[in-house]
Amino acid sequence: MHARHIFLSAIAALVGGVLACVAASAIAAPDKIDPAADAKAFQKYFTDKFPQVKFEDFVNGPYSMNEDMRKQWEEKEQFPPYEFSLEAGKEVFATPFGNGKTYADCFPNGGLGIRQNYPYFDEKEGKVVTLELALNRCREANGEAPYSYVDDEMASLTAYMAFTSRGKPFDIKIPNDPRALQAYENGKRYFYTRRGQLNFSCATCHVQSPGERIRAEVLAPALGILNAMPIYRSEWSGMGTISRRLVTCNSQTRAVPLEPQSDEYRDLEYFLSYVSNGLPISGPGARP
Amino acid sequence: MKKLVKNLVRNLGFAAVLLAVLLLAGAMPALAASEQDYEAAFAAAAAAEKQAAWLRNEWTPTEAQLAAAKKAAAAGDFAAAITAAKEAEALAKASVFQATSESERWKDMEIR
Repeated sequence: MHARHIFLSAIAALVGGVLACVAASAIAAPDKIDPAADAKAFQKYFTDKFPQVKFEDFVNGPYSMNEDMRKQWEEKEQFPPYEFSLEAGKEVFATPFGNGKTYADCFPNGGLGIRQNYPYFDEKEGKVVTLELALNRCREANGEAPYSYVDDEMASLTAYMAFTSRGKPFDIKIPNDPRALQAYENGKRYFYTRRGQLNFSCATCHVQSPGERIRAEVLAPALGILNAMPIYRSEWSGMGTISRRLVTCNSQTRAVPLEPQSDEYRDLEYFLSYVSNGLPISGPGARP
Repeated sequence: MKKLVKNLVRNLGFAAVLLAVLLLAGAMPALAASEQDYEAAFAAAAAAEKQAAWLRNEWTPTEAQLAAAKKAAAAGDFAAAITAAKEAEALAKASVFQATSESERWKDMEIR
């Protein structure tokens, strides 16, 4: 009788242990990284939230949300404020470096009509490469000093390259490489993480509140938000790169911005671009 | 009478000097303590901010308060410097709390 009791107790302990292990592994199992499912859900969220907005129109940010602003913008587009930057970018793009080579030598298709493929995951480096980063690497490889990521020269170059890609849908690839998936996931985490004294995440403004006003501004939806970059902002009285936009967003939430082209910002751009796949490039853009 | 007045003036003068010496002696340790208090408060704030930096989550108001503390201390206003340093420490600790709590909570906001 005693032996039987011990045997039953041992069986019960074993079964309990196995169940505990199964439960623990279920709790500890990380969420599967599924960018395709994310993009589908992301796009559905916005199209459900704004059924009156055409899918392609999300790239126009606040103008897709506010009729008055749209009318002003359409008039402004007749003499767009980014035009001077576009011209400057075209000239700089064609001007040879000191060694005689040009930007065209660094990019596929001579650098024209390729904006929709950036950022991409460089499997050799194991990191995300943005267009701004690729441009500076091109400069450095040809003996030139890199441009500031937040100043006019970089904005002019990317404005020209975006212009040559207008209408082409974002086509960001995530290779079957765990590092690429992790970079995408890191970008997603950055996007949804609250930071700064105001306790805002990117999503607070651009997922929860697009179309709403924050002071005098109408917030843009996150869907398609990078398609119009770089942008001329009246608030800045000048052009702004993606780097400048991310840095100022962080500052506005009272967070100390990261250095431009830090891994976090590159991953964030990767995530935001990927979930906007299928939407046309519309840059350079103009915003209030 | 004249001698009495003379003695009185002399004694009053001595008392004044003694009082001044005593006041000065009393104030010195208090001043030194204030500077030490500031240094301790600033070190605590800087340590908390270092942790926030490690978590890649510093706040601009923390940086502003740290700068204000340094500026006040350089001007010899240790009371203001301590106040600013303590404010900086509180802000830095809040940013650390935010970063650690958001390490999982960000998923609550995710579109699925």
